[in-house]
Amino acid sequence: MKYLCLVYLDRENWSACPDPVCADYAKHLAETGTLVAGEALHPVDTATTVRVRNGQAQLYDGPFAETKELLAGFYLIEASDLNEAIRVAGKIPPARYGSVEVRPIRQLQLDG
Amino acid sequence: MQSDTHDDPVQVAYRRDGRRVFATLVRLLGDFDLAEDALQNAFAAAAERWPQDGMPANPVAWLVSAGRFRAIDQIRRQRRAAPWSEVDEKAESLPDPAPLPEDRDVLEDDRLRLIFTCCHPSLSEQAAVALTLREICGLSTEAVASACLVAPATLAQRIVRAKTKIRDARIPYEVPDAPDLPARLGQVLRVVYLVFNEGYSAAQGTDVLRPDLTAEAIRLARLLLELLPEPEVRSLLALMVLQDSRRAARTDGAGDLVPLDAQDRALWDTAAIAEGRALARDALGSGRAGSYSLQAAIAACHAVAPAPEATDWAAIAGFYDALLSIEPSPVVALNRAVAVGMRDGPEAGLPLVDALLQGGLDQYHLAHAAKADLLRRAGRGAEARASYAAALALTRQEPERRFLARRMADLDR
Repeated sequence: MKYLCLVYLDRENWSACPDPVCADYAKHLAETGTLVAGEALHPVDTATTVRVRNGQAQLYDGPFAETKELLAGFYLIEASDLNEAIRVAGKIPPARYGSVEVRPIRQLQLDG
Repeated sequence: MQSDTHDDPVQVAYRRDGRRVFATLVRLLGDFDLAEDALQNAFAAAAERWPQDGMPANPVAWLVSAGRFRAIDQIRRQRRAAPWSEVDEKAESLPDPAPLPEDRDVLEDDRLRLIFTCCHPSLSEQAAVALTLREICGLSTEAVASACLVAPATLAQRIVRAKTKIRDARIPYEVPDAPDLPARLGQVLRVVYLVFNEGYSAAQGTDVLRPDLTAEAIRLARLLLELLPEPEVRSLLALMVLQDSRRAARTDGAGDLVPLDAQDRALWDTAAIAEGRALARDALGSGRAGSYSLQAAIAACHAVAPAPEATDWAAIAGFYDALLSIEPSPVVALNRAVAVGMRDGPEAGLPLVDALLQGGLDQYHLAHAAKADLLRRAGRGAEARASYAAALALTRQEPERRFLARRMADLDR
């Protein structure tokens, strides 16, 4: 089963966790076959939000919702159950500075 | 099922073993709702067969296999009706007919699995309380709603959401391994104690249909102690039994709260006190005393005092010191300040309470009430009145409001 671990950081701690530390953990997860994908994101100042209404794309500067903690990166992992996913998420280095949201991946329903 | 004959063996089995069978069915079927249907079907089958064939030698095993058999049957029928659905996959993934679960340990583990799943730390405490009462205690949704003082529809939704999370986020049906056990057990105990406090602080005697949550919590702790004899489980049971021993003295005829020092100690349940003390002593003696052990020890100090003046406040303050060192919370510090005020006099307690009020407890009504009591005992009536008023302004609970108002009025006498 796949879980998406979303890493959230506030602006003060955006760079608190050194990149090599994050990269090491991703490498470790990849070596144990746990990592499906993982990337870090540029700050939200670079974000553009796209909404389509009445067939028209509407663009907004910045993220959809203004919150204190902002999406900073993600790890898509393979885990047998939520307990294992939580164990993996708990070791994601930026969890010490921000928070990590663990979300189960849903299969698209294509046959109904 | 008939309900008129309370010694009907099917009824007896339902009350005694229903949740046990359910716990095993959840493991075998991998789904709470499927297991609940299977449970009902199994008992319907028992009501039909047992009177004819006689009681099976092992009713639990009989019920588990009857439930499992009917669930598989149901899945197969659904598969025929909807061949493209995910039901296929579900039927395939069912474990092979396990050896009849006659092994007591396996069954007991299922009950623990159910407890740890309902109290998983990824569920909100509110959701865990609802699930625990519904799935472990077997209360109806209506009864749990009435116990939690929410509308049945709200409660039903809360339970559906929790079960959906268990299924979709795949919360495993397992007893945690040793390294995770203390933290996970801590969460289970928190939920049990929440259930107890929900019953303890609720308005008394207003609703006879409202299930007695203090009794449910004590029953839960007894079950847990039987399955997992850890000192903290024993201590929580001791703490609840000791607190519950004062039940008859806690409220007066009008349903108003009677404070500990004004309670008629003759109304305290001496058998419960004896049991609670023995449990607390065993737990403290284990050498692995935790937070509940210390709280139980404090409750025991109160329980053995024949009169308020005879309370061993030195011992109580000592236990609070220890508690504060392992659980440094402002509320524990407040209780410690009160104990110090009793041991060394009100003027010794006041600066401690003042510091806590300034340190973030200024919106906590019990902190103001504690300060008011200390001021009253120090003979500083006008200041006491102001503190009672501050406490009164911060609490919504009616019995508590009446109690504070009464204390305030007593200042004039």
